[in-house]
Amino acid sequence: MADVSSSTNTTPTTTVRPGRFKEFWRYFRENRGAVIGFYVFIFFLIVAIFAPLISPFEPSTQNRGATLVPPAWQDGGSWTYPLGTDPLGRDMLSRLIYGARYSFLVGTIVVILAATGGILTGLIAGFAPRWLDTIIMRIMDIILSIPSLLLALVLVAILGPSLLNAMIAIAIVLQPHYVRLTRAAVMTELSKDYVVSARVAGAKLPRLMFVTVLPNCLAPIIVQAALSFSNAILDVAALGFLGMGAQPPTPEWGTMLAESREFILRAWWVVTFPGVAILTTVLAINLMGDGLRDALDPKLKRS
Amino acid sequence: MLRYLIGRLLTFIPTFIGVTIISFSFIRVLPGDPIIVMAGERGMTEERYNELYQQFGFDRPLVVQFWDFFTGVLQGDLGTSYVTKRPVFDEFFALFPATLELSFCAIVIAITLGIPAGVIAAVNRGKFFDRALMSSALIGYSMPIFWWALLLIIIFSGNLGWTPVSGRIDLLYYFPDVTGFMLIDSLLSGQDGAFVSAVRHLILPSIVLATIPLAVIARQTRSAMLEVLGEDYIRTARAKGLTPPRVNGVHALRNAMIPVITVIGLSVGMLLAGAILTETIFSWPGIGKWMVDSIYRRDYPVVQGGLLLVALLVMVVNLIVDLLYGLINPKIRKR
Repeated sequence: MADVSSSTNTTPTTTVRPGRFKEFWRYFRENRGAVIGFYVFIFFLIVAIFAPLISPFEPSTQNRGATLVPPAWQDGGSWTYPLGTDPLGRDMLSRLIYGARYSFLVGTIVVILAATGGILTGLIAGFAPRWLDTIIMRIMDIILSIPSLLLALVLVAILGPSLLNAMIAIAIVLQPHYVRLTRAAVMTELSKDYVVSARVAGAKLPRLMFVTVLPNCLAPIIVQAALSFSNAILDVAALGFLGMGAQPPTPEWGTMLAESREFILRAWWVVTFPGVAILTTVLAINLMGDGLRDALDPKLKRS
Repeated sequence: MLRYLIGRLLTFIPTFIGVTIISFSFIRVLPGDPIIVMAGERGMTEERYNELYQQFGFDRPLVVQFWDFFTGVLQGDLGTSYVTKRPVFDEFFALFPATLELSFCAIVIAITLGIPAGVIAAVNRGKFFDRALMSSALIGYSMPIFWWALLLIIIFSGNLGWTPVSGRIDLLYYFPDVTGFMLIDSLLSGQDGAFVSAVRHLILPSIVLATIPLAVIARQTRSAMLEVLGEDYIRTARAKGLTPPRVNGVHALRNAMIPVITVIGLSVGMLLAGAILTETIFSWPGIGKWMVDSIYRRDYPVVQGGLLLVALLVMVVNLIVDLLYGLINPKIRKR
C-alpha cells in the first residue's frame, strides 16, 4: 500500500537520473496546495495502515443500546463515540478509519492494474506496425465512448457485485487513458536521435521498449496515475453507493453512504462524515496531482 | 473541408461496429446465463428453459446471432425488455427527454458560471479571486456527487423545505406529454404553478449534475486564457488602448474558446455518467435511472440496448464537436 505514494513521487525521477529528484522537489514544493495535499495523503495513509491501533472500536461491533447517537459536541452525544453511531450502533469514527484502508487498497490496486495494462498496450501500439496500432486505438476509442461509470456498472452487474469486481471494472475503464498517453509519448520519443542510435547499436525490441524509451515517457503517466488514483476512489465509492461495489457490512465509504441514505433527514452525521472523508482524500490526491503535473511537465514549468 | 468530413465520418463506422460487438458480447461471453437470471429465484423446468433458449435464439451460432442483432440495430430494433415487454428503442426515447432536459440545464449552469469564473481567475492570476475560484473548482472536481446530492437534500429539502426531494413535478399537476420536456409542457398546459413546480424539481438535480462539468470548464477556461493572454496580439490590443474588458472579453476569450468547446463536448459523457447517480438519487425518470434499474433487474436486452444507444449518443456528439472544431479552426481541416 505504501509504495504507491512514494513511487508516484520518487522512483522514476531517482532511478532515471539522480539529482533530478531535487529539481522535482523544488518545483513541487513551490506549489503550496500540492504540499498540503501530500501531507493529507500521508495522514490518511498512516490512518489506514494503523487502523486497528487507532480506532476505538471494531468497525462491525454493534451496540444495540446506542443507535444513531449524535456526535460528541451535539446534545445527546458522548465522547465514547466522537463522531456518533450509525443506525446499527456502530461507531462512525472506527468505520471511517477502517474505510480509509479500503480506499487506499482500491486506489493502489486499480492504478497498478490499469497502469500495467495500459502502459504495455500503449508501448505495443507505439512500436507496432500501423494496422495493429489502428486496431488497438480503435478499441480504446470504443471503450472511451461509453461513459465510464456506466461501463463499470454493467461490467460489475455481469461479474457480480463485489469490491474486487468493482476494482477490475474500474481498472478496465481507466486503462485507455494510459494507452493513449503512453502511445503518444512513445511516438514522440521514437523519432529522437538517442532511440535511433540505440537501435543502430543493436538493441533488441524489448530493450528498446522498456529500457530506452519507457523511462522517458513516464512523466505524463505519473500524473495520470495520481489522477486515476482519485478517480478510482470516487468511482468505487459511487459503485458502492449504487450497491454494486463493496457489500455491507464492509466499512467502505460509498457503501456506508448507501446504507445510511434513508436516515439523511434524521441523522445528518451518518451521511456527512463518509462524504467528507471521500472528498478530503480525493481533493488531497488531486492537489498532489496538480503539483506533480506542474513539477514534471516541462511545458508548464516555464509558464 | 469535404475530405476532412468524409475522413472523420469513416472512422465512425468501425467504432460503431465495435460498440455493437461490445454491447452484444457482454451478455453472451461473460459468465452468467441470461435465461437462468430471467427465471430468477423461482427457477424453471428444463422444457421451459429449452423453449426460451430457442425463442431468444441462443441455440444458433454466435455469428448468426450477432448478425441478427446488428441488422436489427440498423433498423432501430434493439429487442424488447424482459420486464415491461416494450421495445427497448421506444423506452429509451420515451425517457430520453427527461435526461436531455436535466443535462441541458446542467450544462447551461456549467457554461454560464464556468467560463466567467475561468476568465476572472486568469485575469487576476495569483490574486485572491484566482485562488478562491480555483480552489472551489478543485473541490467541485473532487466532489463525490452522490454525496453532494444528499447534502443539498439535507439543507434545501430537509432543513429549509425549499425544494422537493424527488420526481419531475408535483402530483397535483397533470397535463399531456407534448414535447417530453417538463418545463415546456408545464408552460403549455397553462396551469397555475405548474411551471414553478417543474423548476423547483429541476433545480437541485441540475446543480448536482453541473458540478463537475462546471469545475472542468472553469479550469480549462483559465488555462486557455492564460495561454492566449501571453500572445503578442493581446499586447498589441492593449497597446492600442483598448479597455481591459474588451481585450479580455473579446480578443482573448474568442481564441481561448477553442479548447473550452472541446471540453464542453467531452462533458457529454461526463453528464451521462453523472446522470446515473443524479437520477437515481432524485428519482428522476431518465436514461440513467432506467439503466440502473434494468441492471438491478437483470433486464439484459435493456442493458445491452441502452449501453449501445448511450455510447452512440456520446460518439455522435464527439463527431459533431470534431466537425465544429474543423469549422472553427482551419488548421485542423487542412491536415
